Amino acid sequence: MKIHIPTPLRAYTGGQPTVSVPGATVGEALEQLTGAYPDLRQNLYTADGKLRSFVNIYLNDDDIRYLPSKEATATGESDELTIIPSIAGGCCSLTPLPSH
Amino acid sequence: MLKLSHSDYEALRAHGEETYPHECCGALLGRSMPGGNHVHQIVRAGNTRTDRAHDRYNIAPEELIKIQRQARSLGLDIVGFYHSHPDHPAQWSQTDFAEAHWVGCSYIITEIAGGKAAITNSFFLSGTGEEDKQFLDEAIEIEIEQD
Repeated sequence: MKIHIPTPLRAYTGGQPTVSVPGATVGEALEQLTGAYPDLRQNLYTADGKLRSFVNIYLNDDDIRYLPSKEATATGESDELTIIPSIAGGCCSLTPLPSH
Repeated sequence: MLKLSHSDYEALRAHGEETYPHECCGALLGRSMPGGNHVHQIVRAGNTRTDRAHDRYNIAPEELIKIQRQARSLGLDIVGFYHSHPDHPAQWSQTDFAEAHWVGCSYIITEIAGGKAAITNSFFLSGTGEEDKQFLDEAIEIEIEQD
């Protein structure tokens, strides 16, 4: 199956935007990915092996965190995984500028 | 240096004026070049932080997936993002930094002062990951299109 790599993580896949890996489940595919590109692991997972909170992984259109079987979800050859870090932020209400 | 067209520059500033007093947000599609990111197209996104849209923004991952597919279909990449700071300077905040995870990408911030776009700045997220990331001031080169 194909795994789409976001721009900031391509430094760890030799610049490849898409990687093809075998795997009967989401978890197996991700294992294959991090096995082939070990430096990716610390960017995707915490030290205790949990998916980093700001990393989203979608199986086609579904967030794997919300799939009933999560990483044990079965996958087929035509399925696609997309890794997408979150994008958020905001302004400075907690540290207001001094008034003049 | 970040390069983008004059029309895209004006469009992202106009987006901030339209959503004032709330923050706007969107993505920059383009290519990463040796001299910096080159924007070919901007894509507006919705701000899901309706609870405090005046000082927070978030793009839904589902929308990001669609934007990434759009980029791929055009032969482009996501090379950055933009958002506005209503009545606050066009400088990154601690929240912006904490929530910045797209190393190698450009983050454009526009100050919207009283509903009008004021200063627009860009910051390049440098580093290799969460441990050493940092925002660097990034010059913006605006390309004037020929009719």
